[in-house]
Amino acid sequence: MALTHQDVLHIARLARLRVSAEEAETAQTQLNSIFGLIEQMQAINTQDIEPMSHALDVAQRLREDKVTESDQRNKFQTIAPAVENGLYLVPKVIE
Amino acid sequence: MKWETVIGLEVHTQLTTHSKVFSGSSTAFGAEPNTQASAVDIALPGVLPVLNKGAVERAIKFGLAVGATINRVNIFDRKNYFYPDLPKGYQISQLAKPIVEFGSLKINVDGEEKTIRITRAHMEEDAGKSLHEDFHGMTGIDLNRAGTPLLEIVSEPDMRSSAEAVAYARALHNLVTWIGICDGNMQEGSFRVDANVSVRPVGQAEFGTRREIKNLNSFRFLQQAIDYEARWQIETLEDGGRVQQATVLFDPETGETRMMRSKEDAHDYRYFPDPDLLPVKLDESWIESIRAAMPELPQAMRERFQREYGLSVYDATSLTSQLDAARFFTDTVSLAGEAQAKLVANWMLGEVSANLNREEKNIVDAPITPGLLADLIKRIADGTLSGKLAKQAFEGLWAGEGGVDAIIEARGLKQMSDSGAIEKIVDEVLAANQKSVEEFRAGKEKAFNALVGQVMKASKGKANPAQVNEILKKKLGG
Repeated sequence: MALTHQDVLHIARLARLRVSAEEAETAQTQLNSIFGLIEQMQAINTQDIEPMSHALDVAQRLREDKVTESDQRNKFQTIAPAVENGLYLVPKVIE
Repeated sequence: MKWETVIGLEVHTQLTTHSKVFSGSSTAFGAEPNTQASAVDIALPGVLPVLNKGAVERAIKFGLAVGATINRVNIFDRKNYFYPDLPKGYQISQLAKPIVEFGSLKINVDGEEKTIRITRAHMEEDAGKSLHEDFHGMTGIDLNRAGTPLLEIVSEPDMRSSAEAVAYARALHNLVTWIGICDGNMQEGSFRVDANVSVRPVGQAEFGTRREIKNLNSFRFLQQAIDYEARWQIETLEDGGRVQQATVLFDPETGETRMMRSKEDAHDYRYFPDPDLLPVKLDESWIESIRAAMPELPQAMRERFQREYGLSVYDATSLTSQLDAARFFTDTVSLAGEAQAKLVANWMLGEVSANLNREEKNIVDAPITPGLLADLIKRIADGTLSGKLAKQAFEGLWAGEGGVDAIIEARGLKQMSDSGAIEKIVDEVLAANQKSVEEFRAGKEKAFNALVGQVMKASKGKANPAQVNEILKKKLGG
């Protein structure tokens, strides 16, 4: 499998990355070399091996259902570009 | 051509935990904007999610309630998309290994029972809220809801009409509130329904192309949206057009669905396992202790009411369509005696429910309690009250006039069972209605009922109707 120039532009758009034509070309070459590596790994027979979803073989720790956080809105909003009535303001987006 | 509608539902239920799914922020509804959004919820760099045990417990409860497989190992994935009310740029959800799979729920439509398969139910976090009112051309973001635990419940496309879809959604709503994992408040968005709708010619095996109606927050809108959408798809196909896969929104104002995004713009979420969360491993003994603490479920209770009390399917279904109503019924029956169960059911589905509907009240807010209703039932059972007088006594109870016996006394509702007194009234009525007597003797059966009516009227409705009948028959026959 190899990525086309179009694939690279599509992925860049999904990730909201602005790439120039030149950068896209570099990325295409680099990504495709990663695919080469993946292909190499896929050649290994893993039929009887259970897939792992995490590099560590331990289970998720659970937290008791208790409210432990207090309101720190004022602190958080000191670093926000724009706020009003307690809301964070962002450029208008309507889907 | 005859068409068949095919429907599958995805329901987002907000879980009733106190704190969020991955942080210790409160989930209480209606707080000032962003006062319940911690560093984790607003996705400051370096924070890590820690899973809420209460959310996992509720998901297990649901799985057990629908007879599903509980995946002993389940995994959280990242669903990537950009939107300002999703601060991390991804939603933590479960894709390949959800906590619950392969369950089912029974529904009843027009007396027919049908099983709807539940494909899966997975845990995920809710997003924040975007407020598009005018903030100088900007959008306001409230992240209080971000990170609230949801259980998304996905059905198979097993429903064939809007009525079935509504019956399933109602049964599911009843179940999740019954087992206490969701408060079911649809206005506050605690129970949101997406409907996948397609149509196909009757007899065709393959499904048609589906469109997904997003975010329906009432059963009425669900019904209207599906009916409109199915009609639109059929018309489109009959006019030679094609249905394109799309996501649509329902507009309650116009009763129409309109396109939100087409398949070309469909999101590409690039799911992958969340490296910040380890696989969830469920302990067998924990699952068993949750199972042991499960309440009797609506389905089982309905069947028990039919079996033990001889109630009809309809009555038993109605009484178990809401936990509060079911509790009211069982409490009343235990006070009035099991022999009166049928009578209790009749009163609950008759007068009680009519009054609740008229006043738009829930049964827990009713002025009548199981104790009061049981007292009324006892007075009917022991012959103190006739059905008609009992209705008047009920009015008194509803109006808060006191206990049943006090109301019977104050309103003078006691049934007249003194045969001497009834006989006296019968004699008077017969004397005053010679014409009816002659008609009856001439073979007109109706005249008898007219005479009964006159006696009841003369006794102000208090004469025991059975005794009146008996005495009248005796007098006329002699």
